[in-house]
Amino acid sequence: MSHISPVIWQFLVKWMTNFALFPPEASKIAPEMDALYFFMVLVSLIGLTIVILLVTSFSILYSKKRNPVATQIEGSTMLEATWTIIPLGLFLVMFVWGALVYFRVYTPPANAMNIYVVGKQWMWKAEHPGGQHEINSLHVPTGRPIQLTLISQDVFHSFSIPAFRVKREAIPGRYTSVWFEATTPGTYHLFCTQYCGTEHSHMIGDVVVLTPEDYNKWLAGSTSGASLAQNGERLFASLSCATCHNTRPDARGPSLANVYGSKLTLSSGQAITADDAYLREAILNPSQHTTQGYAPIMPTYQGQISEEGVIDLVEYIKSLDSDYRVQQTTATTTLLPEGEGKASKAPEGQGSGKAGSGTGMVQQ
Amino acid sequence: MSDEVTLVKLPDQSTAKLPKVSYLNKENGLLSWLLTGDHKRIAMLYLISISFFFFVGGSLAGLIRLELLTPQSDLMATDTYNKVFSMHGIIMVFFFLVPSVPATIGNFFIPMMIGAKDLALPKINLLSWYLYMAAGILALYTMASGGVDTGWTFTTPLSTHYVNTHVLTTGMAVFIAGFSSIFTGLNFIVTIHKMRAPGMTWFRLPLFVWAHYAASILMVLGTPVLAIAIVLVALERTVGIGVFDPTKGGDPLLFQHLFWFYSHPAVYIMILPGMGVISEVISTFSRKRVFGYTAVAFSSVAIAVFGFFVWAHHMFIMGISNYAVLIFSLLTMLVAVPSAIKIFNWTFTLYKGSITFETPMLYAFGFMGLFTIGGLTGVFLGTAGTDIHLTETYFIVAHFHFVMVGGMLMAFLSGLHFWWPKMTGRMYPEKISQLAAVVTFIGFNFTFFPQFILGTLGMPRRYASYPPEFQILNVFSTAGASILGVGYLLPVLYLTWSLKYGEIAGNNPWQATGLEWQVQSPPLTENFPETPIMDHEAYDYEWLERQQEKEVASVG
Repeated sequence: MSHISPVIWQFLVKWMTNFALFPPEASKIAPEMDALYFFMVLVSLIGLTIVILLVTSFSILYSKKRNPVATQIEGSTMLEATWTIIPLGLFLVMFVWGALVYFRVYTPPANAMNIYVVGKQWMWKAEHPGGQHEINSLHVPTGRPIQLTLISQDVFHSFSIPAFRVKREAIPGRYTSVWFEATTPGTYHLFCTQYCGTEHSHMIGDVVVLTPEDYNKWLAGSTSGASLAQNGERLFASLSCATCHNTRPDARGPSLANVYGSKLTLSSGQAITADDAYLREAILNPSQHTTQGYAPIMPTYQGQISEEGVIDLVEYIKSLDSDYRVQQTTATTTLLPEGEGKASKAPEGQGSGKAGSGTGMVQQ
Repeated sequence: MSDEVTLVKLPDQSTAKLPKVSYLNKENGLLSWLLTGDHKRIAMLYLISISFFFFVGGSLAGLIRLELLTPQSDLMATDTYNKVFSMHGIIMVFFFLVPSVPATIGNFFIPMMIGAKDLALPKINLLSWYLYMAAGILALYTMASGGVDTGWTFTTPLSTHYVNTHVLTTGMAVFIAGFSSIFTGLNFIVTIHKMRAPGMTWFRLPLFVWAHYAASILMVLGTPVLAIAIVLVALERTVGIGVFDPTKGGDPLLFQHLFWFYSHPAVYIMILPGMGVISEVISTFSRKRVFGYTAVAFSSVAIAVFGFFVWAHHMFIMGISNYAVLIFSLLTMLVAVPSAIKIFNWTFTLYKGSITFETPMLYAFGFMGLFTIGGLTGVFLGTAGTDIHLTETYFIVAHFHFVMVGGMLMAFLSGLHFWWPKMTGRMYPEKISQLAAVVTFIGFNFTFFPQFILGTLGMPRRYASYPPEFQILNVFSTAGASILGVGYLLPVLYLTWSLKYGEIAGNNPWQATGLEWQVQSPPLTENFPETPIMDHEAYDYEWLERQQEKEVASVG
């Protein structure tokens, strides 16, 4: 082998040992999407072959040597109709099939487990319902639909798992979602595919698919001690939300028990369903989202709570199924020493000054 | 028998002489070029400038491919890499592809094809070249003083709030280049409406002119939206008006709607003139009128019309409504059909033709193969389901380059070789240019085909470093790029050589039917000694034969 250049040798070794042509199929949707993909590859190959064959055979048959004088032809409506209608028909089949796959990827089933993913320059933070946090990795069990609710804290990012054939943009200021059901345990690539600045190509990680047993072990070993809803409860207390949202008859804010999923009428008369996106907006931009019958007195929390904090609050509100739960939180608030909770528990340190004035407004 | 026919038909090349007076030597000196109103001289100015920008953009592409030779970002830091691919995109799209065929070949030949002395607005034509140059110099200045790292798409809020590079100056360069493009489009529309020679009805126009008419409509209606989007980015960046800022109630997706409302039609601005070139070349070298003239003409218009209503297919995964996805996916399928029609019509133009394989024809064949692949892979991306997996990966990069480099650049080179004798009065050397066409085709496939596989594997675009299992395919791609580089350097060398040493071309070396071929090469400043009268259909080879018999009879 000494006469082969080491560079070429290394290249050949790599070629033989580490060379992929098609990504693994590790989710339920992957084979469905691949079926469509291969159908389209097949149609394309047939189309390309027809064009190449025609061009080649005409070039041979009607070269100037063989056919010195051209025969002038105007066109042919029949032929032209054929090559208009057949491609159109095939494209329409692809359109319908593609739309079906698309709707499946972006319509999560009702029983899906929700994991929040926050994108920021340049990392992915995943938050499991039990409070497990991970950065640039995502642990999921097989055989269970997982919904990802994505949001970005700064610029556009895109959460891509090629082995699952799913991808969704993480957008600043708006929740997006995607779901999948992993089928094969293993470690797969996680990429940010939307260009997001300097370290874009380092915003990558691993998706670790575990069997349900291993997943439970992982959950137990990675717990931070508090679920998202519990974190949210603490934040709710420290921001003194219960000053108004306290379920008392004279409360200045609406009760939040069972508000998630309910139909609300806003001051503007607009009827909406209180989903994650509404709750998020109502916290960050309350004046535009006041419930009918209440004064627009709630201060904005824009810039004072991180996206993770908002997620905690949303999860907490989602967990409130009775006035009793809210009162428990209210009781916790009164136990907190004045000022301490607000200053130290507010996640964004710079917001503490504003938080103080905000609280002042509420107490007027 | 056939030899006799050929003898009568072909003018004797050995006796052809360069005309004493032509647009090239009517006036002399640098000023006579810089202040010219002659569409042919302006076209030559454009040709020199876009070639320059092509080689700047091409060198940047070379740097990108070198960086991607290894999985680590070892040749450049990630920031440098981001700037390099951003500038590659900006220069290639706004300073090469958009003006490539229209501003050079279109500028030179649209007036000649319709039998006019010049474009309708010669001074506006010169102004658009100056705007182009001002924009280009500004872009180069930006690059020299630190560059920009937003990508050519200027996506907000990255471009408005999160980068501290030269977004404003680059935006200004693109803004100015946009006006150059608007003026060119406007000029073409007015010229094609008002300046046609007597007898030159709409359906006697060469298909090259139809394609440019469609592209001009896109330029005039689409480019202002890009200008608006850039101004909004500038305002957002400088005074924070908040149109795209969610914390101020703005919508970050709005920018992408505005940007793609221009930038999707822009790919048709880039490809339609190329399709026009292919129609002329295929017809000439198979000595046959284009199969289904009306269908090809109207498919250009159909592409222009549908092209305006497909922009949101760039945003399928970005949380636009499902119904919007349905509609835009359907419309994208519809816009694919006229392109398929064109491919088949060109193919059947060959049927029962009398085909020769000079360089322009080889490039045209290359165009047909590569554009077919580029178009079909576009359908993969227009299909909502597969778009989820393939978008934002190297599949997009490969698709775009198949259409733009495999399609448009092949068409540009085809047209450049085809009309070179008319533009300069001299032939290019045939053998070496055929070799260049073949080298380009091979290099191109080596460079970009592996990228389809990389994209299917999920390799994201705009990555300075990547997981090691993608290396083999990237090595192929980089190796192909060096072959492609040779393929592009050759024409520069031999075309320059031919300016002095090329064979004298004579009026009509290809025996083509267009009006531009019936006058001397290089043409007079006023194009035609007297206003031509169009008394036959486009691509009427029998008319051409009768003309020549008459000439032979009168001379003999």
